[in-house]
Amino acid sequence: MTATVVTGMGVMAPTGLGTRRFWERTMAGQAAIGRITAFDPEQYSSKLAGEITGFAPGEHLTGRLLPQTDRMTRLALVAADWALQDAAVDAAALPEFGLGVVTASSAGGFEFGHRELDKLWRRGPEHVSAYQSFAWFYAVNTGQISIRHGMRGPSGALVTEQAGGLDAVAQARRQVRGGVAAMVCGSVDGSPCPWGWVAQLAGGRISRSEDPGRAYLPFDVDAAGYVPGDGGALFVLESEDGAQERGVSSWHGEIAGYAATFDPPPGSGRPPTLLRAIELALADAGIDADGIDVVFADGAGVPELDRAEADALRAVFGAYGVPVTVPKTMTGRLGGGGSALDLAAALLTLRHGEIPPTVNVSRPRPEYELDLVTQPRQGPVSVALVLARGYGGFNAAMVVTRRGENELNSGRKAE
Amino acid sequence: MNCRVVITGIGVVAPGGTGTKKFWDLISAGRTATRRITSFDPAPFRSQTAAECDFGPAAEGLSPQQIRRMDRAAQLAVVSARECVEDSGLDLQVLDPARVGVTVGSAVGCTMGLEEEYVVVSDGGRIWQVDERYAVPHLFSYFVPSSLAAEVAWTVGAEGPVATVSTGCTSGLDSVGQAVELIAAGAAEVMVAGATDAPISPITVACFDAIKATTPRNDEPATASRPFDRTRNGFVLGEGSAMFVLEDLEHARKRGAHVYAEIAGFASRCNAFHMTGLRPDGKEMAEAIRVAMAQAKAVPADIDYINAHGSGTTQNDRHETAAFKLSLKERAYSAPISSIKSMIGHSLGAIGSLEIAACALAMKHGVIPPTANLHEPDPECDLDYVPLVAREQRVGTALSVGSGFGGFQSAMVLRDPEGTPA
Repeated sequence: MTATVVTGMGVMAPTGLGTRRFWERTMAGQAAIGRITAFDPEQYSSKLAGEITGFAPGEHLTGRLLPQTDRMTRLALVAADWALQDAAVDAAALPEFGLGVVTASSAGGFEFGHRELDKLWRRGPEHVSAYQSFAWFYAVNTGQISIRHGMRGPSGALVTEQAGGLDAVAQARRQVRGGVAAMVCGSVDGSPCPWGWVAQLAGGRISRSEDPGRAYLPFDVDAAGYVPGDGGALFVLESEDGAQERGVSSWHGEIAGYAATFDPPPGSGRPPTLLRAIELALADAGIDADGIDVVFADGAGVPELDRAEADALRAVFGAYGVPVTVPKTMTGRLGGGGSALDLAAALLTLRHGEIPPTVNVSRPRPEYELDLVTQPRQGPVSVALVLARGYGGFNAAMVVTRRGENELNSGRKAE
Repeated sequence: MNCRVVITGIGVVAPGGTGTKKFWDLISAGRTATRRITSFDPAPFRSQTAAECDFGPAAEGLSPQQIRRMDRAAQLAVVSARECVEDSGLDLQVLDPARVGVTVGSAVGCTMGLEEEYVVVSDGGRIWQVDERYAVPHLFSYFVPSSLAAEVAWTVGAEGPVATVSTGCTSGLDSVGQAVELIAAGAAEVMVAGATDAPISPITVACFDAIKATTPRNDEPATASRPFDRTRNGFVLGEGSAMFVLEDLEHARKRGAHVYAEIAGFASRCNAFHMTGLRPDGKEMAEAIRVAMAQAKAVPADIDYINAHGSGTTQNDRHETAAFKLSLKERAYSAPISSIKSMIGHSLGAIGSLEIAACALAMKHGVIPPTANLHEPDPECDLDYVPLVAREQRVGTALSVGSGFGGFQSAMVLRDPEGTPA
């Protein structure tokens, strides 16, 4: 089977709009977590988020699109533009149904929904926008991206909370393997508003710290929840053969392996299943654990979840067996967008041979026995593992490799 | 691929009754379950009709904590999932949980629970900066409709791939289509797949009012859903859930399971045209039908029954009629076509799975459910829509289609596996 490669990437992160700025700031370890500006957070028990600032939708999108789109969708539309530009895909040159899109969303365009609920309950049904029928729903980014670029191939939309970014890319990979020429995929998520904030706080996992440097500390002895944020990344996937046929000679990397599992219900006494997701993803990639050069961890920031992840990593790689990093300590957890942004960071790590740091974590729990990358680390990286977990028990693991590099073969099983 | 994925269990919660039997009794009798909305006062709304489920979660055996925790859409899904597993005869104690997956389609997720809680934290819409102190702990589960798939996975003990699939009104087809792909790819041995939606709440009614997508025929609720009829003027909102047990045919035969139907083909396309509008030529739906039939190695003459999207909006029914003509050529004019939305309304993401259930049951019983309320066909809808009365006829191969906001067009081919060589 021909490899599925990532030929384009569009990044929308609190730490930078666009791949270059995102990577510079990420490698510099400059976090973008701060007090919420989208609304006044004073009355709420948590006040911090990783917000995207400086995004001017009017510079990228027509005035016609603005009234019918949530902020999340505007970010996603621009990320898709950038990914397609990066891949230099000419939609018109592809087969008629040869371009599709799969996105993940954790909660839809919630801010749009808040405004319309407010109109309905404050003023009455006749004040609800005609756009409410689609602007908030979970498939909106897929639909709007497909319309913008005339993408009429197989398309989809998934909801698996934080795991969504990886799950969407995996579904797109299945479509590419099934013969679709190119797929746009990933997740750009997050829709800040008081109503969405209260819904997130109800989950009980948001940090109450008001210190941006101490609020989200995955694997730290002081871990006490996470900070939410908005953004994510979208990608263009193609088959290696297809990319070469249209004259593309370099790409960001190969989606070499993937698996998804689901945890048993709380209180069942059965073990969590992240470990199996990792093992299955490695098997799918045909790579041994010692072939993995770096792990982008889920990094829940909640002690029992951190422990579960550390247990799985130790079981696969041994104590201190692999460099582990959580660059989302700089952005917060971005819903489905977070795992997509980690995938972008993993691909950039392959390209640049440098591992981005986990910031603010100064006292990793010793019993986790993790080689946590807290300063940027240089050195060749050929294979990366990205992990993501969604609320309720969703686990996803994805292996990405640099394709066509000699050193890759050393870690790869004979095929 | 050599894998042939079949349906071995069906579970349904639909307007008109809980359970597959009541669902089939209603739609095969041509009775309708549309009525004036009872769950809230619909007087301020343009469209006041819906197809509601008379569903009591306690009567269905859900525990007080489950009832408190789950949005209605999750309750419907869990009850239909339980029925489909029972129906399949699958022993979940024997099966490796790692090899069982779940996909649940839903267009609007936990929208009822969200709106109910919004009313509380905003104090009836008075407060923009809503009050955190009045939020219930499970509000986060409503916020992320991945909770729908999680609840079903907990119910059936699945620890393989699990996801909520949310592609608007094609979610119910796409969820099952995706589950078939996961079995074919070897990611799971058994999938519990289907869809659920419980959208009958003020915000959903209001948003369809705003674009005049739902019918304002409030004085005749029982006959308000009129797909393909000249007098149709919008769809009737519904709710419900259908779930299936899917497995490989050999797997099913080895354990002696009853096989309802093979899912022989599935395809989805986008029209890339408009978030709510349809291109009149039906080209993308026709393409989805063509690809699904090619996967099934079916030719137009093989199609014994088409379960239409048939929502009852002016543009949909013409769009779809055009798509059938484009993809099936002359067979479009002779194949029996019906819309069960005439009886149970349009339950958004759930309906695609309810329609798959209708196809599987039509194959089992040799009966094609009718299109109710079709007295005066639209001259532009000039095909055989099986008006008013069910038709006794063997169904060896059925086609089910869906069309949704966002431009999604999906098609699935179901086939009697006994009728074709393995």
